[in-house]
Amino acid sequence: MTMTLIADAPVDVDAEGFLTDPEQWNEQIGRAIAAENGITELTDRHWLVVTFMRERYLATGTAPSIRSLGKESGVPVRELYQLFPKGPAKLAAKIGGIPKPTGCI
Amino acid sequence: MTRKQIVILGGGTGGTMAANRLRRRFHADEAEIHVVDRDDRHVYQPGLLFVPFGLAHVEEVVRPRRRQLRDGVVFHEREVDSIVLDRDEVLLHDGTVLPYDVLVVASGVRLQPEETEGLTGPGWNERMFTFYSPQGAVLLNEALERFEGGRLVVNLVDMPIKCPVAPLEFVFLADWYLRERRIRSKTELVYATPLDGAFTKPIASEHLAGLLAEKEIELVTEFNAGEVDGVGGTLGSYDGRELGFDLLVTIPLHGGAAYVGRSPGLGDALGFVPTDKQTLQTPVKPNVFALGDATDLPTSKAGSVTHFEAEVLVENIARYLADEELDAAYDGHANCFIETGFHKALLIDFNYETEPLPGRFPSAFGLPLLRQSRLNHVGKLMFQWIYWHALLPGREIPGIGPTMPMRGKKAIPIDV
Repeated sequence: MTMTLIADAPVDVDAEGFLTDPEQWNEQIGRAIAAENGITELTDRHWLVVTFMRERYLATGTAPSIRSLGKESGVPVRELYQLFPKGPAKLAAKIGGIPKPTGCI
Repeated sequence: MTRKQIVILGGGTGGTMAANRLRRRFHADEAEIHVVDRDDRHVYQPGLLFVPFGLAHVEEVVRPRRRQLRDGVVFHEREVDSIVLDRDEVLLHDGTVLPYDVLVVASGVRLQPEETEGLTGPGWNERMFTFYSPQGAVLLNEALERFEGGRLVVNLVDMPIKCPVAPLEFVFLADWYLRERRIRSKTELVYATPLDGAFTKPIASEHLAGLLAEKEIELVTEFNAGEVDGVGGTLGSYDGRELGFDLLVTIPLHGGAAYVGRSPGLGDALGFVPTDKQTLQTPVKPNVFALGDATDLPTSKAGSVTHFEAEVLVENIARYLADEELDAAYDGHANCFIETGFHKALLIDFNYETEPLPGRFPSAFGLPLLRQSRLNHVGKLMFQWIYWHALLPGREIPGIGPTMPMRGKKAIPIDV
């Protein structure tokens, strides 16, 4: 875990750049991480997904999988891939400032 | 106490073990125990892995459910309609109402191949199969016998699935089977997974990726299957990649039992029941417990998990009925044999906190962990006997308890 500056704010991140403390997050940080990952503009649909992920994580301690995201967020899986091309659950988690989804085993 | 009603939904691994353990725990005057299942076929699911290769016959792995239950457990061969949580009642399809003091949800998972576009369309059970059901395993066996080479793709659509190592075991055994039939050189074997490696846990994942490479099996990672064309023989991912196949072995999406979806407040969007990871009580209501594949616990959906959970569950149900605090805690302990072909197998042992490590199980003189050996293969074969004769009846197995042993393991520090 290392400390770094994102959008001028000091944050703790893991080796892959996921925030380890969701409390350190704000929307500017989210935009900066998105831009770094090739998403120059976060639309309402992006925010809907990011907010859903974040709220779910804060409420339950785990981030939803792509499949439950598709069922519960109101954004179908196909669109999730258009919004977050490199893997929706991971990228939305990163932008939303929550730890990397561990997936199930 | 007055006689309590304990209703268990599901007569598979978890439901049977829970019923038998509860029956021993409580005198007939103390509790009535009911088990509900829609059929009378108890499948030894690990055995299905061997059926496609002709190494086991499907009849060998299926036995009547009611015969696995102790005397004094009432078996209802009925479909569940729904659960009315407010009234503490289970409604059965035939109109019967079963009131309960304690409910145990142990109905496992339901395969949902129809949720992947095209999967159950043309080509289903002709060139696209799953060995996760008895019927699918038999049909796949017939298809493999006809197979003369080409591209064989094994794909798990998405987690969670039952026994997350089974798809890997399948591809290892397929390599062996094809070599025995001398058509391995005419076959491309591909393993496509939505995970970013061969397996979920780093050390085991590395070991297993090494085995895939050694056996010349192509590993395709982060592949989220979105649609299948069973006529053209292509599997497409949501991010636009395509894999051609002559034979597709799929592990379809898994969800909870259908009645969970029909019971407001009981399950999540996929039909799994939110469950406390330590006590196995559900946040739904204090008198509702769950175990095995039906839960949303962050551990493997596997028989070993269910077995370890059953001990904790029974203890906590007894405490709940006695108005005591639930203090039995499950640590996420899981272990599984991984068949690697050529009469060898690996063994892994882990829990919520500790990933599979090398060493020996259950102690320094036990079976080798994370290493191929003949001893583990023999262990895997013997396990079927242990399952019917010790696990289901709820007998203790000396040296193997619900808590994961650290003795015998080599702790490897991992950079997170």
